This record gives sequence, C-alpha cells and structure tokens, in this order.
Amino acid sequence: MPVTLKFRNGTLTAFIKGDIDHHTVPEIREMIDDCFVSTENAQTLVLDFSDVTFMDSSGVGLVMGRYRLASGKGKKLRVDNLSRRDYMIMKMSGIEKLAEINQRKEAVK
Amino acid sequence: MKKINELKMVFDSRSVNESFSRVAVSAFSSQLDMTVEELGDIKTVVSEAVTNCIVHAYKNTIGKIYITCSVFEEGIVRITVRDRGCGIEDVEKAREPLYTSVGGDRSGLGFSVMESFSDKLRVRSKVGVGTTVTIEKRICGKTK
Ligand SMILES: Nc1ncnc2c1ncn2[C@@H]1O[C@H](COP(=O)(O)OP(=O)(O)O)[C@@H](O)[C@H]1O
Ligand SMILES: [Mg+2]
Repeated sequence: MPVTLKFRNGTLTAFIKGDIDHHTVPEIREMIDDCFVSTENAQTLVLDFSDVTFMDSSGVGLVMGRYRLASGKGKKLRVDNLSRRDYMIMKMSGIEKLAEINQRKEAVK
Repeated sequence: MKKINELKMVFDSRSVNESFSRVAVSAFSSQLDMTVEELGDIKTVVSEAVTNCIVHAYKNTIGKIYITCSVFEEGIVRITVRDRGCGIEDVEKAREPLYTSVGGDRSGLGFSVMESFSDKLRVRSKVGVGTTVTIEKRICGKTK
C-alpha cells in the first residue's frame, strides 16, 4: 500500500511510501482523493513525504492536483518532510506561494 | 574525452519500466565513484527523459526506448535517451519551464529538472521521426 491515511483534529494526513513517478501516481492519487472527498470534516490535507524514496516532476503534478482539489473545496493543503532534492523540485513550480511546504530534518552527518 | 565503458539498452515504453531504467543507468554510472546526491541526480534525469518517451512520444501506443550511457575517464557520464515517436514541433517552447502540451497532472517541469540536475542538455527532434535527448553530467565524487 503506497499510502496510509490518518484523520485527526480536522486534518487528514496521507503518508506516502516508496517512489513517486508517472507509473505510481495514479494509485497514490486515487487512494488520497477517495479518502479526502469522503472525509468532509477534514479542513486540511497533509501530504507526508517522510517515506518517499524517489520523486521526479510527476510528484509536482500530484501535489498541484491535490492543491486544486483542496482549494476548490475551500480547504488547505500542506506538504511535510520533503527531502532536500524533492523540496528543490517542488519549488521550481512555485507551489510554495500557494501551499506550505516543509523540508525533512536530515540526519546530521 | 576518453570513453571507458558503455551501456546500451532497448525496452518497451511501458510505465513499469520507469523505475527499472533509472535504477539500471544509475547503477552502471556508479563505477565512477559518486556521492548519493549525484546518483540521485542521474536517477532523476533518466526518469524525466524516459517518462517523456512514454507519455508524449508514444502516447497511447507502445514503442521502443533506446538508452546509451557512456562513462568517460574525465569523470563524465553521458546519457542518451532516444525514441521513434511523434517528435517535438517547437523544442524551444517545449523546454520552457512549466510548458506542457498535455496539462492535467503533468507539471511541465521535466526539461527544467533535467537541466538543473545535469551540466549539459541537448534536445534534437523531428516531427514524425522522433526525439533524442542527450544529458551530460560531470561527477565530482566523494573526494569533493
Ligand atoms: N520525447 C518526446 N516526444 C514528444 N514530445 C515531447 C517529448 N519530450 C517532451 N515533449 C514535449 O515537451 C513538453 C514539455 O516536456 P516536460 O518539460 O517534460 O513537461 P511535461 O512532461 O510535464 O509535459 C511536453 O509536454 C511534450 O509536448
Ligand atoms: Mg515530462
């Protein structure tokens, strides 16, 4: 299962696991959207990237699409625990002007 | 530049091959002593180029994707990703950040990502014939 969903205090968090690419996005998207749409009390959707092992620009499309879905319902989107690289790629899209995005605390080497 | 090793692969434009191809190319390149960051850069650029062949070049059909990865003594990796798909009418426009001909869930950032994680990106394309993307990356390695 590439996504685990948890609802708490008005926030639905989607913990995404594994690689995010054009091949894996459809299943990830469907799991998130099904749950988000049916959880009417969720005011904020959080995408948690702690366990994401790889992402290319398909991940930006995934986040942009969830932003459109959330904002269309007057709800908020936040992205947490992006790796340094994934954070860089996200910022190329300008998504940080629309939604809060946060970098992972990398282990100190 | 002196070539010290080369990999060639041909595979179907099926999305399941996206992860296989980026892992294969990065594993082959890793004979040049590389940092984890540099390996990640290679995976990312290959993933972008291969996805474009699948999504754009061959759209709803299955064609062949050709990859050559050459490793040079000077610490350079050159990756060529070629398709015999639809081709690109206006390469300049296609390379603009956020430009996508598809919309929906594509971000239009593929070429920008390839550019920022490599040192050189060349795109040659002919409508109805296909597209060749050549990416070069200088490896600084762990000694940096
Ligand atoms: N191999 C290819 N064959 C045909 N068209 C391509 C190819 N690669 C890229 N393109 C065109 O260039 C555009 C931009 O590509 P890219 O920056 O990767 O963004 P995206 O894939 O998100 O659309 C695509 O929308 C497509 O029109
Ligand atoms: Mg692309």
